[in-house]
Amino acid sequence: MLHGYGLYEEEHEAFRRTVRAVVEKELKPSASQWEEQEEFPRELFTRFAELGFLGLKYPEAYGGTEAGELYEAVLLEELGRCGSGGVAAGLGAQFTIATGPLHKYGTEEQKQRFLAPAIRGEKVGALGITEPDAGSDVAGLRTTARREGDCYIVNGSKTYITNGVRADFVVLAVKTNPEAGRKGLSLLVVEKGTPGFSVGRKLKKLGWRASDTAELFFEDCRVPVANLLGGVEGQGFPQIMGNFQWERLSLALGALGSMEEMLEVILAHVRERRAFGQALSGFQVVRHRIADMATAFEAARQLTYHALRLHVGGEYAIAQTSMAKKVATETCCRIADECLQLHGGAGYMMEYDIQRHWRDARLGPIGGGTSEIMTEIIAKQLGL
Amino acid sequence: MVDVPVSCRSREYPLFKEKDVKILVTAKRVEDPESKIKVKPDGSDIVREGLKYKINPFDEIGVEEGLRLVAKHGGEVVVVSIGGKEVQEQLRHALAMGAQRAVWVNHTGALDQMGVAGLLQKVVEKEKPDLVVLGKQSIDDDQNQVGQYLAEYLGWGQATFASKVESLESEQEKSKTPALQVGADGKTVQVVREVDNGLATLECQLPAVVTTDLRLNLPRYASLPGIMKAKSKPIEELTPEKLGVDVTPKVQVVKLASPPERKAGIKVPDVATLVDKLRNEAKVV
Repeated sequence: MLHGYGLYEEEHEAFRRTVRAVVEKELKPSASQWEEQEEFPRELFTRFAELGFLGLKYPEAYGGTEAGELYEAVLLEELGRCGSGGVAAGLGAQFTIATGPLHKYGTEEQKQRFLAPAIRGEKVGALGITEPDAGSDVAGLRTTARREGDCYIVNGSKTYITNGVRADFVVLAVKTNPEAGRKGLSLLVVEKGTPGFSVGRKLKKLGWRASDTAELFFEDCRVPVANLLGGVEGQGFPQIMGNFQWERLSLALGALGSMEEMLEVILAHVRERRAFGQALSGFQVVRHRIADMATAFEAARQLTYHALRLHVGGEYAIAQTSMAKKVATETCCRIADECLQLHGGAGYMMEYDIQRHWRDARLGPIGGGTSEIMTEIIAKQLGL
Repeated sequence: MVDVPVSCRSREYPLFKEKDVKILVTAKRVEDPESKIKVKPDGSDIVREGLKYKINPFDEIGVEEGLRLVAKHGGEVVVVSIGGKEVQEQLRHALAMGAQRAVWVNHTGALDQMGVAGLLQKVVEKEKPDLVVLGKQSIDDDQNQVGQYLAEYLGWGQATFASKVESLESEQEKSKTPALQVGADGKTVQVVREVDNGLATLECQLPAVVTTDLRLNLPRYASLPGIMKAKSKPIEELTPEKLGVDVTPKVQVVKLASPPERKAGIKVPDVATLVDKLRNEAKVV
């Protein structure tokens, strides 16, 4: 039997059933409440660790299961269905962007200190790249780290950092050589409580409200040289780029889960809701709009799976990944908007879930590199 | 020179457990309780297109209880299912939860409760478990008969609707201790069961048949390592012919019909009106 578009096998689908049960029983019932509180319980990290979800692609030596990226892809899709982009983002940041670079480039000692406890859910991680004046333009970052003896002195600030408020460590992009452009970048692991490192306010957001997003400040913050990722200066740029593909795929996959969830919700809604003596599903205009949504969703899914297949096959599929991220997240926004419209007045009410999908979806074409950046990458890949 | 053979056994010598128990559990494939069931216009069957299937939730509770008993006492959980090739999905689910082996009775035609119990009887005689744990009923036709028939066919004791004394939210539940208590001599099992006016505790001689109620335990999720291991666990294929059971149904389904739609309720202004309506309209008090 062909499972999951010739991409996923029977075991992946069995794992999907487990994740779906967890999402249905342990996340969905509280999604609204967490969004309202603008926070989800920290225990979710330990719960996810217990279920083995935080170490799916990491070696057993650090407490992972080494099951592979396709299992994580299943997890990301199903998390997209939980109805809270913030929960999916906070948990997702832990196993995609915060620990990804540690696993790929960290020294053995750094993996033991940060990766292993993150897989166990004991330490929450964050990735700190974006600054008030630079994001995808990583060569333009301004946070500096000046070597002094066996420490780096870090100065600068970061913003929009997912998990920033409660992170126990931040994998921080810094300039170790401000004159060297992209070759002067390094990643430095900064622990919570290091003198000179302070967390600013928790930022208020349009969507993804259950996730904590913070500004981080560094003022003469002394970080041991041992925390330099990989132990070699100037490798920050390739280290950041090395994990961007997975980050972008993860956003595309989350959008797929979210679209699937919205389509299920809207199908149920138009069958139940009646107007002018018949169910909404009886009106051709409604039927065709939903058919168009399903078609757009399927196209986004095929493109994302294409990029995913190339990625897990070991290709550096930068154009396809950028296309998938752009198409999936933008389609998700449109579908959210259409679904909200088909809800009529109810769509505008906070008590219906669709407004949250609509707000959460809007982050997709912005986070992890905007659609405009994706388009520019694609253009570059075309040799333009 | 003589080579001294090295044992292939693990270096750790297994500790003696209180008593090894062999437990047979069932995994019926049923319609997903979340799906909406529609009856075909001619009443011959339900509409099966697009339906999702899963393990009968009561059976899943049985699998969980079997696993807890084996974790405590040592032994083996064997899972059995009857049906076409598709029931392997439910068997793999139970194997992924932790059952050691599976038995698949390959049969695609209609079956009634006597047919199912007859097949299970032969599987039990072949496997010789100490205990059979199955759901009190399956959520598709809700008959609640197979466990009782099976005990009768085997001539074994039975305890139906096994439940638990403490809450499913309790520390004891969270530490995954079994609710069924096997006696120290390994010859009896204590079962708390739900009855109309509360809970009753029974003691049964082993071997015995136990059926599970909803409040016996909270089944675990199939973990990823469990799913991986399930791949290589054996599924033995049997057929009614091999087992020598005539499964020609004695019960025939004549027609299926949806229950009448519930009428909308009404709101009453006060208790007096409610009592009046219950007494004079509904005539229930």
